[in-house]
Amino acid sequence: MPTLLPALLALGAWPGAAKAPAPPRLLSQTGLYAAPGLVAARNLPYAPQYPLWTDGAAKARWIHLPAAIDGRDEAGWVFPVGTKAWKEFAFGGRKVETRLLWKTGPGTWVFASYAWNEAQTDAVLVPEGGLPDAAEVAPGLRHGIPSRADCRDCHGQERVEVLGFTALQLSPDRDPGALHGEPLRPGMITLKDLVARRLLRRARPDLLSRPPRIAGDPATRAALGYLQANCATCHRADRPIPGLDLDLRPAHALRTTAGAGSFPVPGQPESRILSPGHPERSALLHRMGSRDPIAQMPPLGTVRVDQAAVDHVRRWIADAPFVPSH
Amino acid sequence: MTLNRSFLLAILGLTLGTGTAQAAPPAQTKLVQHGAYLVRVAGCHDCHTPLKMGPKGPEPDMSRMLSGHPEGLQMPPAPKLTEAPWGWAGSLTMTAFSGPWGVSYAANLTPDKETGLGAWTEAQFFQMVRSARHLGQGRAILPPMPIQNLQAASDADLKAIFAYLHSIPAVKNKVPAPIAPAPTPIPMH
Repeated sequence: MPTLLPALLALGAWPGAAKAPAPPRLLSQTGLYAAPGLVAARNLPYAPQYPLWTDGAAKARWIHLPAAIDGRDEAGWVFPVGTKAWKEFAFGGRKVETRLLWKTGPGTWVFASYAWNEAQTDAVLVPEGGLPDAAEVAPGLRHGIPSRADCRDCHGQERVEVLGFTALQLSPDRDPGALHGEPLRPGMITLKDLVARRLLRRARPDLLSRPPRIAGDPATRAALGYLQANCATCHRADRPIPGLDLDLRPAHALRTTAGAGSFPVPGQPESRILSPGHPERSALLHRMGSRDPIAQMPPLGTVRVDQAAVDHVRRWIADAPFVPSH
Repeated sequence: MTLNRSFLLAILGLTLGTGTAQAAPPAQTKLVQHGAYLVRVAGCHDCHTPLKMGPKGPEPDMSRMLSGHPEGLQMPPAPKLTEAPWGWAGSLTMTAFSGPWGVSYAANLTPDKETGLGAWTEAQFFQMVRSARHLGQGRAILPPMPIQNLQAASDADLKAIFAYLHSIPAVKNKVPAPIAPAPTPIPMH
C-alpha cells in the first residue's frame, strides 16, 4: 500500500494540472503589443504559404516562442509551454477579430477570440459561444467569430496544432501558384529563420536542403496545398472521423477520394468524392461551391464561396493532370 | 470527477490484485441497463426506430431497432407546404422529415461498423453531442433531432447511452444524406 500512495497522489494531481487559466479580458493584456498599435519585437510575424480562406479577410499573424519547437515529428511539431500565436482578421480595412492560441501546460492550450472595438484601439474577449454577427463581409453576409468549441474542432481536442505554422507552411520552397498566397514581407519568419535562431530542434538534418514541398505539376501542387489548408485539418487519417475514410493531406488526397462518399452530388448517379475529368460529378467541388448549411465545406468559419479556389479546382479536376496518362 | 474516481479505483484494484475482472461485467451490465433506460425515456426510438403498420396501427419495427431511416425506403420529393402555418412534414416511418432546414433522415445508431456507430469511439460520441455537429465536426445536426436535450445529459449518462448503443444488435442500413432546402423559404407565418 505505501508504494501505491505516490502513484495515487500523482494521478490525483493530474486533473488539476490539466486546467488552463482564463484568457485575459483584453487583447492588449495578452502580450501581443509593446505599446498601443506596436507589436512587441519578441512576437514573430509569419505568413503560411497556403492560407485558410476566411471570406477574403486580410490576415496578420504572429507567434511567440519562449523556447525551441520539438520538430522530430514533421507533421506534428510540439510547441514549448508558453507559446502564443495570434491571428488578426480584417474586412474592408477594419480589424474585426484577433484569435489567440496559448500553450499553458504540456497538454493544455487556451483558445480565445477578441472582437475589436469601434475605435480600433483594443479588442475584448468574446464569450465562449462566439459572436455570430461581428462584421459584414459582403452584402447580406456576416462574419461570425467562432466559439471555442469551433476552435477546437479545427485545431484539435488533445494534440493541438498551430495550423498555419508547420514545416510545409513555412517551407522556403514556397509555392508561387498558391491560391491567395501572401508574399513574404521583411521580418516574416521562415523555416530557415527558425533553424538559424535555434527555435526548431531535432528536425531532420536535411530539412533546409530538402524542404517540404507538395509533389506534382503546378496545378496539382496549388490544389493539394489548398485542400491541405482548408480541408485536411479535419479530414486526416490520424484524426479519423467515424465512417469517413477521407484524408485530404497532400500525400493521401488522391488515393482516398476515389470512393462515392456519403454525400453524393445531387442528380449525379456516378458521383464520387473526386471524379477525375468530371468536375460535375465531384462531391468535393460541389461542397466547396456551396454555402448551404447542409452541404457547405468547410462547415464553419466561412459564409462566402471561395470562387478563385472553386475555379482552380474545377479546372484541375477537368484536366486531371494527376491521373497517369496511358 | 466520477471518471477520475473510477480510474483510481480501477488502478487500486489492479495493483492489489483484487478481482476487477469479476467486478467489471456487473458494472458494465448496469451501465448498459442505465443507457437502455435513458434511450427509452429520452424518446430516441421515436425517430430512430422505424414504424411499421401493425394490427393496431403504426408500431416500432424492433427488427430494425434504432437503425434509422430504412435505406430501401426512397422518399419522393418532399411535399410543398404552402398553407402557413403548416411548416414541416414527416414520413409514415417517422424517420424522414422535411421542413425549412431541408430533408433530414434519422441516423443509424446501431453498432454496425460501416453504417452505424460501430466505428465510433466514446470520445467521438461525446464530441458529436457537445459540438452538436454531424460526426462531431461537420454541419450542424438537423431538426427534428433534439440535440439540445442530449447536450443537457451528464458525461455519466452519455457514457451509459453509448455503452447501450454499442450493446444492441448491429443493423446494416445506410441512411441517405440530407437534402438542402429549396431556395425559396417556406413562409413561417
